[in-house]
This record gives sequence, structure tokens and C-alpha cells, in this order.
Amino acid sequence: MMKTILDIVIAGLLMGGIYALIAVGLGLQYGVARVLNISHGEFIMLGAFATWSLYTKLGISPLLSLAICGPLAFVIGFVLHRTLFTRLRTSSGSSAAYEGSSMLASFGLLFIIQNLALIAWGADIRAYTYLAFPVNLGGAVFAANRLAALSFAIVASLGFYLFLSRTRLGKGIRAAAQDPATAALMGVNINRVLALCFGFGASMAGLAGMLISMCYPFHATMGLGYTVIAIIVVVLGGLGSILGSFIGGFVLGLIGAIVTYVDPGLSLAAYYLIFVLLLLLKPTGILGK
Amino acid sequence: MRISGATSQKSVSLGLVLLILIVLSALPLYASMYAVILLTAILMYVVITVSWALFSGPTGYISLASAAFFGVGIYTSALLGRSLPLPAVIGIAGLASFMMALLVGAVTLRLRGMYFAVFTFGLVELIKRLLLWWEMTVTRTRGRFVIIVDNDTIYYAMLSICVVTLLTAYLVRRSKFGLALQSIGEDEEAAAHTGINVTALKIVTFSISAVFIGAVGAIIATRWTYIDPYIAFNALVSFMPVLMAIFGGMGQFYGPILGAAVFAYLEEVLITRFPYHYMLLFGIILIVAISYLPNGLVGLVQKWREAGLAREHADT
Amino acid sequence: MPILEGEGVTKHFGGLAALSSVDFHVGQGEVVGLIGPNGAGKTTLFNLISGALAPKDGTIRFKGQNITGFKPYRICRMGVGRTFQSVRVFPNMPVLENVLLGLLFGRSNSMSSADAAKEATRLLEFVGLSAVKATPAKDLILANQKRLEVARALATKPELLLLDELMAGLNPTEVAEAMELVTRIREQGVTIFMIEHVMKAIMSACDRIMVLHHGEKIAEGTPQEIATSRTVVEVYLGE
Repeated sequence: MMKTILDIVIAGLLMGGIYALIAVGLGLQYGVARVLNISHGEFIMLGAFATWSLYTKLGISPLLSLAICGPLAFVIGFVLHRTLFTRLRTSSGSSAAYEGSSMLASFGLLFIIQNLALIAWGADIRAYTYLAFPVNLGGAVFAANRLAALSFAIVASLGFYLFLSRTRLGKGIRAAAQDPATAALMGVNINRVLALCFGFGASMAGLAGMLISMCYPFHATMGLGYTVIAIIVVVLGGLGSILGSFIGGFVLGLIGAIVTYVDPGLSLAAYYLIFVLLLLLKPTGILGK
Repeated sequence: MRISGATSQKSVSLGLVLLILIVLSALPLYASMYAVILLTAILMYVVITVSWALFSGPTGYISLASAAFFGVGIYTSALLGRSLPLPAVIGIAGLASFMMALLVGAVTLRLRGMYFAVFTFGLVELIKRLLLWWEMTVTRTRGRFVIIVDNDTIYYAMLSICVVTLLTAYLVRRSKFGLALQSIGEDEEAAAHTGINVTALKIVTFSISAVFIGAVGAIIATRWTYIDPYIAFNALVSFMPVLMAIFGGMGQFYGPILGAAVFAYLEEVLITRFPYHYMLLFGIILIVAISYLPNGLVGLVQKWREAGLAREHADT
Repeated sequence: MPILEGEGVTKHFGGLAALSSVDFHVGQGEVVGLIGPNGAGKTTLFNLISGALAPKDGTIRFKGQNITGFKPYRICRMGVGRTFQSVRVFPNMPVLENVLLGLLFGRSNSMSSADAAKEATRLLEFVGLSAVKATPAKDLILANQKRLEVARALATKPELLLLDELMAGLNPTEVAEAMELVTRIREQGVTIFMIEHVMKAIMSACDRIMVLHHGEKIAEGTPQEIATSRTVVEVYLGE
């Protein structure tokens, strides 16, 4: 009995760590850069496949490819924002119009990226083994790759949260996001700041993808499901609260692990139930304003 | 002089519409099967796009749920196609979509547009997984077989729904509710203070728009013979009406129709030659359209007209 | 019985108390002014009356009926019209359509479209916008946009009209015209509750004035009483 509970909790924490990571990434993109990036899951998918390719074709270990995939995803995100989304932002009449058009543009991106992935890697489900040996921690046994993934997820998302809330640059970014006009007057290059945040969000997605590929099978159409989960977590944690996204990720991960124990096919349904309850009762989320 | 000009323009438009209707009604009699099938697809996309634009156009609440209603229609066909005649199946499919939209709307349309958009976005994935679970756990079969109907019947069913959809969209647009929907898109709070029950209007309009999408889903399923959750609930069906409406332009009534016709044809052409690439192409077109053609083709036509008029008046 | 009254109306935003236990009343046929420094809670009070927000505490009654927490469209149909501080017309719609919406949806009994069209024309004449009935609202100058907002509010056949800073941003000529419009509206029998910063307008047009400061009512009385009140002068008029 105890073992089952422990298994569920560990699985929940692992999934939660990954959810937290992708939610913080999406939260950054929506809360700061004001883009509801529904192609977020595609960046996760790209991270998974990039890691897999580097590992199976070039023998580069996934943990090492972190150093490649993270920055690469960042660059892609940064460039995308600087070109496409900045153009939309400056040509939109209102912030509501920008929210709509940027979301639709990311919708287009979703199909572009997914299609490219299908062309490159096909529709098959893939997996690879890495760090698949058991680790004994005080009597309980865990898979090494899951431990590593969990640790990385926590470190990465916590790191980002601290960066945004404690460092000068991070606080400047948040200030710029809240009041772009004033920030621009104070000499902040608002376009660069927003693109930076968007890029950070994309790199967190890529990172999450890499961690997912280490522990679970993956395929070219997996993105959508993760985007939906990320959105639910962001709403659960409260729109605009990075800490909320972080906590919400773990909450949802634990719930997911419990539901998966009962019946794996119902996890998304459970998340949606929570989503519905949220929208009905407290749309502003746990920590939202 | 001006008044007679307006009425003559109206009668020309009406005459044109009737002519097109007659030509389309007689199509199976003189055209090849390929043409009938192609036209069926075009009509279907016109219905989906115009339905989508009925609500999402004026209000600005972007629905990404079209695939969900379409899938509901498909599954209705699969479940009831054997026991009920086609018109009944279509009716029930429309009703089921209506109820689903009512539910979704009641939960999300009280809130900001973003909540609505993301909720509808995830809906397709949710239903797909629920159905997969159901089929694996409860019925223990994957997918279903659909009773086959001949192409001409499918065509006429599609044409009928298309006519009803266009008529509904036109009447709504011209009515006071069409005006109210537009005011919601311009300033929802001010609209509420002008006496418009914005929540009720949004929910009802959204639900009506779902009816036709469900109906055409039920019709087209009869061509596919076999369906499963992956086939029936495909995010692309949520994507296409958005692309078509934006490309065509939502400023005028005929914008979505134009966009739908163009892309339905494009898709039919591309799907055979580039089955793995057309999604890519459409994604690029959507991004280009949003970035450079925010008012779509209609907006472009408008600009040319205005430029032409300005030139005319400059000469006088 | 006053046409509008509120008891203990309270509203918090996060930790901030925007309104603390405010009592107020407006008599039928009166023109009552609502003044106070920026951030005093004036627009918040209007938002609570019109239903845009719900109060944390307190009751608001219109014509004796409790309307606390009612939705805006319902309050509008009951007979409360409102304009906004930042003019909120429907920008891409022609002037006539803006007013038509008020006629078609804002009244307790429905109108035929023919009657509505006639009444809309009459209303536009009343506010002086007949010349621009086909112009998109966003192309109007500010003064005309404000007139349009008033016309749209009047279209809903209000017994009480809430005017939020009607004079803001207008030049002296336009202010005089706006004041004259307010007088004409009053003559039609509409009760008026108005937020204003333009002192001249408030003092001359209002029967009574209410003063808010930091979410509390600090004074109430005739323009004369308010102008000479020590409290008010210290807090506000001394600016």
C-alpha cells in the first residue's frame, strides 16, 4: 500500500515537474510577451526529437544535448518573436486584437512545425533508453532517468522563477511587461525584452521535451496534448503568476498520477474537469489577481 | 437616381444568387462524379467557415471548437446511420452539436475571450481521448463503420445545409442581433450597458453556429465508411475555417464564402499531390494573411475600390 | 421615495478599499453632482450602480427595488442609462446604428424597426448629430462622440442618467453646449447623477452635490454649502 502511494507520489512529482516547466514557459510567453502560444507543445516535441536524434545518430547524451537544445530553442523563439509577433504587435490596433492575432499566428505555427516534424521523422512513436538503471534511495527504488528529469525540471523552473523575481534583469523584464510604455520611456528596448521572454519560454519547452524523451515515449503529434495541459496549469496557477504556474504544475501532476493509477486514459479528462471547475468557480486561479 | 441604383444592384445580386443556386442544383445531372465530389467538399467548407464566422466574426471570440462539432456529427452518423434515415441523422447531429456548444458556452462565455479560445482549443483533444477511452474500455472496439450513401445524395444534402446556413447567416447579420453581435465585438461592456444581454446572445449564437457544423459532419461521414476518434476529431477542422475566413476577409458577407471556396479547392488539389505538405503550406498562408492581409481578400478589394473612387473624385 | 439610494456600499480591489460604507440618495427629477479628487471612488460608485461591478457590501435600490448585483443589461432596461469616463461608443458603427442599439435593446418594451429608425433620427436631432448620422463613430470629434454616447443612453429611455465626466476634454464652447444639453435632458424629466471636475458646470447645474474622498462620503449639500464647507475646501477645492 505504502509503496503504491510512494509510486504515485513520485510519478506525480515527476510529471508535475515537467508540467511546471512547460507551464512556466507558457506563462512567460503569455504573461509577459502577451502571446498565447498554442504552438508551445510543438517546441516540446521538437526538444524531444532533437534529443533523440542527437542521441541515436551522434551518440550525444541527452543531458549534454541540454546545452544544445535549450539555447537552440531559445534562439528560434527569440527570432520568431522579433519577426512575426513584433510585427503583429506593432500593427494591431489594440491589445485585444494583438492577443487574438498572435494566438492565430501561433496556430499557424503549430501546423507548420508539426508538418515539418512529420516529414522529418514520420508519425511513429519513438523512444530510447538512457539512464534506465534503478537507484536506491533509502530503501525506495527509483529509475535514474526519472530522478534526473525531476531534478532538472525543478532546478530549471525554480531557477527561472528566481531569475524573474530576484534579479535586477528579471525584475526589469516584469516591469516592462506590466507597463511597456513607461519602460520604453525609460530606455528599455521593449521589443528585445518581450522577445527574450518569448525565447526563454520556448527554451523551457525544448528542455521539457528533452526530459520527457528521457522517460517516456514520444511522437510527432504529441504537442497538442501538452499545450492544453500547460494552458490548464497556467489558468490553475493564475494568469500572470509565474509562481502559480510552478505550483499548479505539481498540483496537476499529482492529480494526474492518481487518475493514471485508476485509469490512464482519463487523465486529460480529469484535467479538463478541473479546468471547468476553475472557470466556473475561480477563473483567476490559485495565485491570480 | 441613387435609389433606383441601389435596388437594381440588389436585384442583380439576387438574380446572381438564384442563378448559382439553379446551376448547383442541377450539377449532378450534367457534371462528372469528380466535380460533384469536389463541389460537395467546397460546400462543406463554405458551411463550416460561414458558421464559424457567424459567431467568431463579429464578436471576436475565436472558436477553435469546429472540429469538436464536426466530430460529433460524424459519430452521430456512425451510431445512428443504420437505424435512421439521413435527414433524421443530420437533424440529431445538429442538435447534439447545439447542446455541446450550449454547455461549452455556458461555462466559458461569461469570461474573457482568451478563456473561450483555449477551452475550445483543448476540447477536440479531450473528446478524442474520451472516445478512445470509451471505445477501449466500454465497447472494446476501435472505430466504427458508417453506412454508405451515394454521392449525389450526399451532394444534395450538403447543398441544402449550405443554403440553410447561408440564409441563417445572412438573416442574422441583417437583423438587430447581427448589430448587437458586432457591438459585442467593438465594446462588450458598453453593449451590456445598452441593454444587450451579452452572455445569452453569445451562448445562443455560438450554439446556432455549431448546428450546421455538426450537420455537415454527419453528411460527409457517409462517404468515409470507417471512422475512429483520430479521423473524426482532427484539429485541422478547427484550423481551416479560421484560415478561410481570415484569408477571405470578415468585413463582408461573401468574404468567408470566397475564402472557403478557394481553400477547399486548394486542399482537394494539394491533398493528392502533397499529402504531407499541404498543412505546412496552409500554416504559412495563415501567418502571411494575418501579418499582411488582416482584412483578407475582401479588405484588398475594398482598398482597390476606395483607391479607384478616390482617383475618380480627384478628377472632378 | 428617492429614485436611487444606496446604503453602506463598499467595494474593495485586492486590499484597497475603493469605497467604504457609502450612503447616498438621488431624488426624482434632481440633478445631483458627484465630485472628489482623482481616485476618490466616483467612477467605482457608478460602476456599482450600473452593474458593471458588484459591491462587496451594501445595498443599492432603484425606484425602491434592490438592484445590487444585477447585470448591466437588466439595470439598463429598468431605466438607468449611463455614459463612460473614456467615451465608449461603438467605433466602427455609424452614428445611427449606435443609437439604434439603445432603442432596440435598452427598453423594457420592444420597438419595431420602423419606429426605432424614426426615434433614432429624433434623438440625433435632440443632441445635434443629425448631420453625421452615417459617419462611423470613431471619425467623430470628441465632443460629438460624447453627444453620441448621451444619445445612445437616452435611447434606452432612462429615468435616471449617470453622466461620467461629460465635460472632460471639451473646450469652453463645448462645455457650454454640454451644459445646455444637460438642462434640456432634465426638462424631459430625466433624473441626472453626474460626476464632474469642471466646477462651473457642477455648481450651476446641480441641485445637490456629494463629495467623495478616499472612498468615503465627506460632505453633501447644496452647491452653496459645498463651496463654503471647510472640509471640502481643504480636501478638494483648494487645488
